[in-house]
Amino acid sequence: MTQAIGNFRRANASLFAVGALLAVFLLLAVLMAANAKDPGMTIQAWTFVALAGTFLVGMCMWAGNPPENDPFDDTEYEDGIIKWGVFASMFWGLVGMLVGVVIALQLTWPNLFYFPELGWTNFGRLRPLHTSAVIFAFGGNVLIATSFYVVQRTCRARLAGGMWPWFVFWGYQIFIVLAATGYLLGVTQSKEYAEPEWYTDLWLTLVWVTYLLVFLATLWKRKEPHIYVANWFYLSFIVTIAMLHIVNNLSIPVDLAGTKSVQVFSGVQDALTQWWYGHNAVGFFLTTGFLAIMYYFIPKRVNRPVYSYRLSIVHFWSLIFIYIWAGPHHLHYTALPQWAQTLGMAFSIMLWMPSWGGMINGVMTLSGAWDKLRTDPVVRMMVVSLAFYGMATFEGPLMSVRAVNALSHYTEWGIGHVHSGALGWVGYISFGALYCLTPWLWKRRGLYSTKLVEWHFWISTIGIIFYIVSMWFAGVLEGLMWRAYNEFGFLEYSFVETVEAKHISYIIRALGGLLYFSGAGVMAYNLVRTALGHGEASAAEATKPDVTSDSEPSLQPAE
Amino acid sequence: MEILDKHGVMERHSLLLTVGILIVVSIGGIIQLAPLFYMENTIEKVDGMRPYTPLELTGRDIYVREGCYVCHSQMVRPLRDEVERYGHYSLAAESMYDHPFQWGSKRTGPDLARVGGKYSAEWQVDHLKDPRALVPESVMPPYAFLAKRKLRFANIENRLKTERIVGVPYTDEMIAGAREHLIAQVDPEADFDAQDDLIALYETAAGRQGTVEIRDYDGDPDTITEMDALVAYLHMTGTLVDFSTYEAEDLSNRR
Repeated sequence: MTQAIGNFRRANASLFAVGALLAVFLLLAVLMAANAKDPGMTIQAWTFVALAGTFLVGMCMWAGNPPENDPFDDTEYEDGIIKWGVFASMFWGLVGMLVGVVIALQLTWPNLFYFPELGWTNFGRLRPLHTSAVIFAFGGNVLIATSFYVVQRTCRARLAGGMWPWFVFWGYQIFIVLAATGYLLGVTQSKEYAEPEWYTDLWLTLVWVTYLLVFLATLWKRKEPHIYVANWFYLSFIVTIAMLHIVNNLSIPVDLAGTKSVQVFSGVQDALTQWWYGHNAVGFFLTTGFLAIMYYFIPKRVNRPVYSYRLSIVHFWSLIFIYIWAGPHHLHYTALPQWAQTLGMAFSIMLWMPSWGGMINGVMTLSGAWDKLRTDPVVRMMVVSLAFYGMATFEGPLMSVRAVNALSHYTEWGIGHVHSGALGWVGYISFGALYCLTPWLWKRRGLYSTKLVEWHFWISTIGIIFYIVSMWFAGVLEGLMWRAYNEFGFLEYSFVETVEAKHISYIIRALGGLLYFSGAGVMAYNLVRTALGHGEASAAEATKPDVTSDSEPSLQPAE
Repeated sequence: MEILDKHGVMERHSLLLTVGILIVVSIGGIIQLAPLFYMENTIEKVDGMRPYTPLELTGRDIYVREGCYVCHSQMVRPLRDEVERYGHYSLAAESMYDHPFQWGSKRTGPDLARVGGKYSAEWQVDHLKDPRALVPESVMPPYAFLAKRKLRFANIENRLKTERIVGVPYTDEMIAGAREHLIAQVDPEADFDAQDDLIALYETAAGRQGTVEIRDYDGDPDTITEMDALVAYLHMTGTLVDFSTYEAEDLSNRR
């Protein structure tokens, strides 16, 4: 009893702390809006005020009329936030993929999909919106939601920090909206996948450090002696992204009430810093984070232990050590000194081994449950995601070889490579996790419709194949055309002839993207009906997970 | 494999695990990044590089704002076809005042590292307004709105000052005169003193004559538009370095 009261006091303290923090930032934002040096800042600052203000008012109204039970009861899991996370992932996923389809159509039929009077709809502004929406809004929400789910289950402890995890979730959504509206307004620092300007970067830093502390504090509360392997991966993702984000965004604002900032590094140093960041956004955001999903959701779904404990240790440390070196392969034949290019290439090739080690560890977890590939389309989706992971992590080292890169760099091959990883690996493992989480969280017997999962799987898979094959073709084609000579020793093709040659590929690519987007739409429908308890999801399970009892089967620590 | 058996310690102590991760992921970055800042041969010694004039700098800001970098690289690689198509391969020195760099990663459109001097201002303006009117197969977005929008440069002194903080050698005179210089560069009828001042300051910085162009770029001499600034930037891109004095085979330029 006294412990419960103590918990509630601590929770109250977290409410006040979050409230005070929001109030301070609201005040700063109002000051910036009032003194705004450019129209972009006016809109951005008021957007922040509206969103953070809604969060603060909502929180105060909720706290002023609290439920009878302790809202931060330590004997129950914090699942409300994860339900929101599932919804946010679905929503942002659809938005990001839709923007992707639009920009694919712009490159295919520029006369139809560009609007001369609406400069903010141009490709240059929508493309960062697409990449950030699918990577950070969709992927980021999947990672936050699954990490909060997994860390609680594998530690058998409620999320630490009372209101703070909610600050992480809503603070992250505010970051997404600021970044997205900023791109449309032309507010960008032009560093790929790190486009948001200085104040949005600062806000994200605050949210991210809070995320790290919530995650660590939950680990400290754990009732299991060991930290489960998925949590190593989540931890490396959170820690490394913090490091990358801070260093790559070092900049000085021109004015404290203006959007524009100037990067601290320039030219060659800035380029390497950017691709050290850029490649490890792939490595630590899109790889280690989603490998954590693999290490929890695949064993859980097929009810088998992880294939090899030792392999997971070797996989983990070698992957995170080697990944960080691979950035310079984005800068082959540039003005970056050759020793750095060679180091980047060597480590990129070495990276093939830990990548495949992890893939093998995931796939072999199905040992003794291979029949589930046939009977459970969700399992199939996750295993196919590993197949795409294996393919992309073989293609990556290949493209990092200087001689291959001379052909592939700057071409559509890069776009194809990225999307085999993004659509196949990140997308499918995320869809698998969402298909698992929705019935678990809303306590449904199953999904609304397994048939729809089959439909989703096949529509998306055909979409991915259209996408990557057309882009491979377009990439190799233009790469060869750029370097083609005629019999007189002159360049055979003008640049625009190579653009024209890609038109058919662009049509197929847009169709592939549309199919993939439609598949995600089918999933969203299925998940909403599941949450509502329709169809096969109707009967609710009676068991209530109880943190303190041992009845809830949690995954065994890897040892 | 005794070492693997000892791994249990990491699995029981979250801070040990966190610190371990931080050390392991720091090594590669430190070894690759740190030397670039102190190794002397990272950036070649060349003649002709100077800071951007205020007009070019605001033009470059528009280039960044519109996301030109997502389709256009500014990095010619030392490959035969690229050198023949675009010109001399890019040097590290050419982007040493670029905060941030604009090397890009994709060529949906052609490389722009040496676009300066290749097209007339009229062509650039017409092409930006309606790319397919000049190049029917192009997939580039139209930028007609740039010609209608007045250039905002109320903050130009602060803009240059911030560049100086991060190491771009703008002098006190350049910062104090930034506003006049910007107006003078785009308006041939403007204050002649400011024009002389602009040319003297920036050509001294470049150590080379003929690197500052004064003209109306967008065909509308009455207003300074965003089109003026962007075309001014495109017009000088990649033209600064004096390649007649650059010795590619010199040992100091080998990297």
